[in-house]
Amino acid sequence: MTGSGILSDIVISALIVLGASFALIGSWGMVRLPTLMERLHGPTKATTLGLGGILVGSMLYFQFNAGVWALHELLISLFLFITAPISANMIAKVHLHHLRTHAKQDIVGPAGQPPKASQASDWATYEAPHPDSIAATSES
Amino acid sequence: MRRLIPHPGLSVLLVIVWLLMANAITVGGLLIGIIVGILLPIFTAPFWPGRPDVNYRAGVAYLLLVLWDIIIANFEIAVIILFRRNRDLRPAWLSIPMELDTPEAITVFAGTISLTPGTVSSDVSACGNYLLVHALHAPDPQAEIVRIKARYEARLKRVFK
Repeated sequence: MTGSGILSDIVISALIVLGASFALIGSWGMVRLPTLMERLHGPTKATTLGLGGILVGSMLYFQFNAGVWALHELLISLFLFITAPISANMIAKVHLHHLRTHAKQDIVGPAGQPPKASQASDWATYEAPHPDSIAATSES
Repeated sequence: MRRLIPHPGLSVLLVIVWLLMANAITVGGLLIGIIVGILLPIFTAPFWPGRPDVNYRAGVAYLLLVLWDIIIANFEIAVIILFRRNRDLRPAWLSIPMELDTPEAITVFAGTISLTPGTVSSDVSACGNYLLVHALHAPDPQAEIVRIKARYEARLKRVFK
């Protein structure tokens, strides 16, 4: 094996180990943080860098060891970056519903109840978007 | 021209994504990519009624800044998860007043907040002028709001003129 081969192997291993560590830390965050909204931070966040590290490592591996371009990884990270905030947003919205409708208030986290948006309007989960505002979803 | 290619940026992105999926640059692949890039925006046009004026150079700079922030903030969150006890954690709801005035800009803003660790955007207000954000550790919520507005919203206002 040539010197550059060893160097690339070291870089690839470091990236994969770093990525795996962040994925593990994100999962551990889901176990130990107190309530749903805090737990949401673990898997949506630490995993972005975790998966990113693993994917860059995989790209470099195919580039240096197999000698082929592998750009699928860029697509995986693109789709992840598009979908992760949306799934987090959906979970948060369901949680907002539960905050107001549950009889027991044991699901309220340490952050308490969310504040009202303003005097005139509430959050879109609780109130239909005002027509003629940018939150309106259809053109009427 | 405007009716044929309603969203030039989206069309270019679709061609690039198609070529990346094929993982090869061939004439046939490029041709199919261009067909997809033209047809898909036309068929999905009802979902994209607006045509925001995007400053692409500022957009790329913004993307690099966000990627850098994701890397830095991941380490901060890792430290919080590993070493901070739950009773020392100060989670908070932030109600961020927004000056952005297009749905596209607000979507990118909310996505950025969700991707940069420590904050999840949870909801938009019914009037569209406020964003509800949950912060994992914000001892000073007002300072956090000011920081997010200065770092991301000010730049986004330049991207979406």
